[in-house]
Amino acid sequence: MIEKDLNQIFQDRIDADDRIEARDWMPEKYRQTLIRQISQHAHSEVVGMLPEANWISRAPSLRRKVALLAKVQDEAGHGLYLYSAAETLGAKRSDLLQQLIDGTAKYSSIFNYPTLTWADIGAIGWLVDGAAIMNQVMLCRTSYGPYARAMVRICKEESFHQRQGYEIMIALSQGSEEQKAMAQDALNRWWWPSLMMFGPNDAESKHTAQSMAWRIKRKTNDELRQAFVDSSISQIEYLGLTAPDKDLKWNEERGHYDFGAIDWDEFWQVVKGHGPCNKERIAARRKAQEEGKWVQEAAMAYAAKRKQRAQDQQTRVA
Amino acid sequence: MNNMNKEDTQKASIDLALWMGDNALILGHRLAELCGHGPILEQDIALTNIALDLVGQARMWLTLAGDLEGKGRTEDDFAYLRSDKEFTNIKLVELPNQDWGYVIARQFIFDAHHLVILEQLCTSSEKAIADIAQKAIKEVQYHLRFSSEWIIRLGDGTEFSRKRMQSAFDKLAPYIKALTLDDPLTILAKEAGIGIDNKDVEEKAWKTFDAILSEATLELESPEYFHKGGKQGLHTEHMGFIIAEMQSVVRAMPNNKW
Repeated sequence: MIEKDLNQIFQDRIDADDRIEARDWMPEKYRQTLIRQISQHAHSEVVGMLPEANWISRAPSLRRKVALLAKVQDEAGHGLYLYSAAETLGAKRSDLLQQLIDGTAKYSSIFNYPTLTWADIGAIGWLVDGAAIMNQVMLCRTSYGPYARAMVRICKEESFHQRQGYEIMIALSQGSEEQKAMAQDALNRWWWPSLMMFGPNDAESKHTAQSMAWRIKRKTNDELRQAFVDSSISQIEYLGLTAPDKDLKWNEERGHYDFGAIDWDEFWQVVKGHGPCNKERIAARRKAQEEGKWVQEAAMAYAAKRKQRAQDQQTRVA
Repeated sequence: MNNMNKEDTQKASIDLALWMGDNALILGHRLAELCGHGPILEQDIALTNIALDLVGQARMWLTLAGDLEGKGRTEDDFAYLRSDKEFTNIKLVELPNQDWGYVIARQFIFDAHHLVILEQLCTSSEKAIADIAQKAIKEVQYHLRFSSEWIIRLGDGTEFSRKRMQSAFDKLAPYIKALTLDDPLTILAKEAGIGIDNKDVEEKAWKTFDAILSEATLELESPEYFHKGGKQGLHTEHMGFIIAEMQSVVRAMPNNKW
């Protein structure tokens, strides 16, 4: 069968909302797009552990300490599911991790911002995980089966994280003046980067059109961003805080909130590796990987010895 | 047993609960520092599991200490509002993380004792202590299995890993004995059927050491000199930093709910 027909059959399956599985034929570009997207997503989970882990040692109650530890651990688990999903497409985890520490793979830029106060842990859970959920709920119906199934599990945990984050924000906003100020400051710093998480405007996004056609994505960046803003405003009001956007107002005609212009210069600065913590995040991952090399080597050497001993044993018995 | 008054046994129970809680909390805190920085994602998750178990156990022990004391102190009062000198943990658990092998060796030494301690406490005459021990023991069985497997894997892995592990045990050896040191309150707790028989714990922990370390081609001997002090509130230089960091938010903005 010529490739043109295969492409057509593939697209027909996509259009019929069929799930594509690992062994199915798929266009090479579809495979590469997915490997890129899933591995970026996996890297985001793993790098995303770092800014939050920064506060585990200082969590202000044992209950919060345990919850934060468990949350960061969940992110590691998400990383694992996603690397596994990428492996179903023929990628190797070790190669993907190498790309991360070489700086050739991307991950969500939000994790290049620093966590400066305890309230940041609340804001990340609430806003960053909230924005991620918008994206991920859509991905539960993405056309590639293993990715969609990983997302179903991840979404369940993420909504739990979001509630946890919001609960931290409630405690702070109902607390002392100092705590409220801390909550407002965290909202001020995380609001715009959270809106940037959805990526460039649709007109600027080079991957969106093809990804929509393949139903890898089912909503555009701008649609998701709007949904996030719409759902966040009442949550901000409930906390008695103010979104750091003077242009924010309800638009009766559109049935949506209008919001101010995003600072795309800042977005591209961080994407291109010049955000506040890009270097530190990659350095931390590189350190973990390099310091783990001898451990991996030892584990492999031990496994080989065991295998050899078992074989020797068998030979003796025989 | 008969001539002990209630006040003494209560003191011994509180002392025991705090010791168990502080050891678990500080070791859990140290392990949690590695979360996000583990050498392999799977091991990062596994070590964080142990950290979670330990901090969870610390919460139960410290809550119990507060209940027994009867002055309304909570787990957080103990964790966040005591000075480093009031912490009773052994020095082993406060030692800073070094490489993964050192972390595993420290864990293994602790686990081998912890399991026997909990086995004993499962039959404590103080029911609340026995209850916590019964919950914790299932977790600690897993901790010991995990750390033992890694000791064997790294000891019997490459020449490099064997040297690293041997050096870790050499460095940690002087901190082991403090896990089984008697003082008036531990003796009292033992005689009242509440607490731990340190001699028995030591014997059984060393049996575990012998079994696992010989398989791992490593050596460990009880050193002539060892470090005392943690239980009495005299710690290493590292402890002050742990406490300063752990309590920083609460101390900077006191009397708040979080």
